[in-house]
Order: sequence, then structure tokens, then C-alpha cells
Amino acid sequence: MLRLEPRSTRSFAAAWLSPVMALVLTAITGGVIFLTMGKDPTTALYIYFVEPLTTTSGLSEVAVKAGPLILIGIGLSFGFRAGIWNIGAEGQYIAGAIAGGGLAVYFYDSESTLLLPAMLVLGTLGGMAWAAVPALLKTRFNANEILVSLMLVYVAELLLVHLVQGPWRNPQGWGFPGTRMFPDVAALPLLFSGKRAHLGTLITLAVPFIAWFILARTRFGFTVRVFGSAPLAARHAGVHSHRMIWQSLLIGGGLAGLAGVIEATGTIGQLMPDISPGYGFTAIIVAFLGRLHPVGVLLAGVAIAVTYIGGEGAQISAGLPKAVTGLFQGIILFYLLAFDLFTRYRFVVSTRIAEH
Amino acid sequence: MAELIIASVMTMMTAATPLMFAATGELICERSGVLNLGVEGMMLIGAVFGFATAAATGSAPLGLLIAGTSGILASLIFAVLTLSLLSNQVATGLALTIFGTGLSALVGLAYVGETIDRIAAIHLPVLSDLPVVGQLLFGHDPLVYLGFIVLVCVAWFLNRSRWGMILRAVGDSDVSAHAIGYPVVLIRYAAVAFGGLMAGLGGGYLSLVYTPLWAEHMTAGRGWIALALVVFASWRPGRVLFGAILFGGITILQLNAQAAGLGIPASFMSMLPYIATIVVLVLISRDVVRIRLNAPACLGRPFRAER
Repeated sequence: MLRLEPRSTRSFAAAWLSPVMALVLTAITGGVIFLTMGKDPTTALYIYFVEPLTTTSGLSEVAVKAGPLILIGIGLSFGFRAGIWNIGAEGQYIAGAIAGGGLAVYFYDSESTLLLPAMLVLGTLGGMAWAAVPALLKTRFNANEILVSLMLVYVAELLLVHLVQGPWRNPQGWGFPGTRMFPDVAALPLLFSGKRAHLGTLITLAVPFIAWFILARTRFGFTVRVFGSAPLAARHAGVHSHRMIWQSLLIGGGLAGLAGVIEATGTIGQLMPDISPGYGFTAIIVAFLGRLHPVGVLLAGVAIAVTYIGGEGAQISAGLPKAVTGLFQGIILFYLLAFDLFTRYRFVVSTRIAEH
Repeated sequence: MAELIIASVMTMMTAATPLMFAATGELICERSGVLNLGVEGMMLIGAVFGFATAAATGSAPLGLLIAGTSGILASLIFAVLTLSLLSNQVATGLALTIFGTGLSALVGLAYVGETIDRIAAIHLPVLSDLPVVGQLLFGHDPLVYLGFIVLVCVAWFLNRSRWGMILRAVGDSDVSAHAIGYPVVLIRYAAVAFGGLMAGLGGGYLSLVYTPLWAEHMTAGRGWIALALVVFASWRPGRVLFGAILFGGITILQLNAQAAGLGIPASFMSMLPYIATIVVLVLISRDVVRIRLNAPACLGRPFRAER
């Protein structure tokens, strides 16, 4: 008879094996799904999970997609560690794109080299401002941050639609929703000619290591870790929960906003209604898959980005709907959560049943 | 003028009904101590499978049945993970919503642009033709009435029935309920499944009655608004009705204002339900004592029988 028994400490091995197992099982489940859709599973899986990594342009695209996922995922992991559930990163991402991109809309004929840094700063501030609303309402009025941050996603989306269809619409855009193209000085320099990977990608790569340093080596990082694992102890040690709520929401919002403005100016070059294929929500999966650890989030961001690019490739070459990617993302998280049982519990063969 | 008011009330009820279904289900789920944030996902799954069934068979009632069933199946994924595998309820609920969004988008691809025969409003001879009250009392679609009936039954169940008391006990003190000998996990499975059924029906209502077509992410946050409604209602069924009608009213207000052309951009009017949700949450939640008194004490906490 198998019995669940709590572990005295969380299993390190199980915690890192669980995302690997989740990815493997998702691939197997994906194969079954492709079979039922009448496609050859090995070819489809190859297109999804391997092909994006085999060409330089594929790798560049993976880097472009992984960028926002990693940035947002890192920001969210701070809050999730502290038990503060900011799930409105999508809204903060859009708010960042609006705040930073708006500058380029107003100074569309600018030639100043200050424009780009100003946009990045404004974008970060825009995301922080959007996240400050749930922080304020949570600390001041006890309002649930999950629901408030999520409602603000819809508000941000509608605001963006309003701006790009109305006041900010490109006068030479033949009525299509979207702003003017940003000026050249606003663009993030490309890393390789002919590829879309840009300077923002490098910023993204630096952030996990800064975050790792903060978590592992600073007093703030320590309080985040304590607050998440032992809230009562943290309170006794003088960690103020209101301050923790503000800090984690502002970090999450700021990084999401930065991701938004980088995407708008580096990857797209204008504001338009579809500036996000759901990065803010997918980043939640990235944060969990990366075990809320900065380096883990980096790896998970790349892994999920591969499925995005694979999904696009599969649509073109195998006629598979892109929507499969969204399904995969949900399934990965399900498997991950299931396997996480083993970080806290283990199965033991029970011999004591007979004695009772 | 009277006609306009009647028409507004009628559409208000159709806007309120999906929220009422979803919130009633989530209320039972939360009263058993389980926080399922997957309402939006379950509604989408219900909406798409309900629509697909109706499109394939031509029968909207059958579609509704499948909508409810698929809602239950989706909720059982959540139940297995949180109740048997003890996963974090917040994370698992989010996963269910992400999964439901992806699955519904995939399944729905084949149905974009298709239409079906919606479930029509009832028409009783004589009664429905009465002036004013005829329409208001006897002219809705059958699901509006079903929503009411379910809500009354749930109110009775929670407050007056033995099993309702047991459900509340499980939600307020799982350890004690277990010690007395009640099957905590089993009861929670049932509560989660009921939540799935109701969310599925709410989603089905959207695609089979409210707007009889499939559009990707057509729930547009109603699952989340339903979650907020449960807090707004302080976990009491009667107030769910009030809250759902309030939000139905806001939706209609927004549509009418857009039609009247007040000069306010349409996007801003569309923000209204979401902003109203935030305002309502703030107004209710600021009374910390009231929330603490009314919220199920074990909400969101995993339970594992020691012996």
C-alpha cells in the first residue's frame, strides 16, 4: 500500500525535476493531440520544439519572444515568492507600452538620442503606475489584488484601442488602427543585421542576474524569501506586509512596463492593438516553470518562447492552428503543479496498515 | 418610454444571467473552502463545447447540456490537482483559465462565423401578452428562470439543509469536519464539480443565448467578475442575485449610452463593468471585519487527512 508522507524539507531535486518532467509529458500529450488531429506526431513535435533552435533566424526569433516573457516572469516571481498574486502583468505591460510609446508618438520627428532612454524610463514608470493601483487598493482598502490587477488588464487594453484608433492614430495610416512608426532614434539597435534580435534582448539577459543578486545577496531579497516561506516569522522580524505588497507589485509592474515599451519600440516600432500575444499571462507560467528563481525563469522563458515560434512554424508548414500553443501552455502548468506534489511529499510503502 | 424601459430590463436580465450562474457555482465552491480561479476558463470551455454541439446537432438545449458537462470535466482537472495532489489553489485556478482559453480557441477555430438557432424566449399564452408585466415576468428565455431556481435552491441548501451545514462546516473548519467523520475531500470534489457545472452553463448561456455565435475569448472577463461578485455578496446567495443584476444593469447602461451617442468614446464606456468591479471590491473589502466574519475560514487552504 502506497502512502503519502510529508517531507521534512522541500526536495531540491524534485523541485527542479518537476519542470523537466512537465515539459516531457506535455510533448507526449502534444503528440497524442496531433495524432487525433490527423497529423504525424513526430514531425509536428519536431516543428514545435526543435526546429526553432536549428536556424539562426529561429534562434533570433526565440530571443525576441523570450525577452518579454523573462522580464515579466522575473518581476512576477518576486511577488509570487512573497505570496502576492499580481496576475495583471498583461495590463502593466500595455500601460508601459502606452507610456513609453506615447513619447515617440508625440516626438515622431525627433532626432534626439535622449528619446529612447526617456521612453524606457517612462515605460517602466507606466507599468509601475498601473501596478500601483492594486497595491494602493490592497494596502489601503484590503481589496483583492488578484481581481483588481486583472480588471485593469481589460481597462489597459481598451485604453490602448482607444488611443490607436482615436487621438494617436497615424494620419497617414489609411484608417488602420495604429500609431505612426516611431522615429529611428527611438528604435533599439539590432544585434545582427537582418535579424530581429535587438538591444532589448541583451537588457533582458542581464535582468535575471541582477534579480538573482538581489534575491541571494541583499537584505530586501532575504525579506522576500522569508515573507513567502514564513509570513509570521517575517512579521515578528519587522517585515512590514504593506511595504512588501508595494515593493513586489512595483517591481512586477515596472518590469512588465519595461517589457511593453521594449516590445513596442524594439520589435514592432509603433503602437497597435495587438502588441501582446498574451505575454503577461504566459509569463505567469514562465515564473512557475522557472521555480520563481531568476535563472530558472530565464530557462523557462526560452523554453516557452520556443513553443511560440514552433507554433508559428507549425501553422505555416504543417497547417496546425496557432491556438495549440495556448493549449500547450495550460497543459505544461497542470503537469508542473501535479509533479510539485513530490517536492513536499513522498510516497512510502506503508506496512503499518495491518497493525491498525 | 415604457417600451424602452421594458427592453432595457429584459436585456439587463440576459446580461445578469451568465454572471448569476457562474457566481452561484463559485459561491458553493468557496463555501466548501476551495478557491477556484478557473471560472473564466471553465466558462470558455462551456461556451465553445456548447456551441459546437449546437452547431453539429442543431439542438441548442443539447448544447447547453454539453456546456454544463464540459464545465464539470474541466473543474475535475482542478479538483484532482488541488484536492488529491494538494497543489496551490491560486496557481491551479490560473492554470485552468489559461488552459480553458487555449482549448476553447483551438476547438472554436472551426466555428468562427457560424451561427445557430438560439434558445428563444418563452411565450406563454395570455400571460406573456399582458401589458408591461407580461414581458417582464413571463417573457424571458428559460435559462433566466433556471438561474433563479438554482439560486433559490442553493440558498435553501446552504441555510436550511443538513448537507448545506456540513458543506459550510467543511469550509470553515476542515479539520473538525474530518474529525467528526465527514468526507472532507469528497465534499469538496462535489462542490468544485458544481462550480464547474454552473460556470459551464454560464458560458453556454453566452454562446447559445446571449450572442449565438462563437468568438475567441467571448467571456471577456465575466468569469473574473463572477469571482468578484462572490466577494461582493459576502458569500451569501441572496446578494449574488443583487450583484448580478447590478452588473447586468451596468452593461446595459453602457450599451444604451453608446447608442445614445453621449460623445464619450466607446472604449471608455466598455471599461465601465471592469472599473465598477474594482469600485465594488473596494467598497466591500474596506470593512475588514465583515470580510473576515463572512469568508469561509479555510478558503484556499489545502487539506490532507492525517489519518
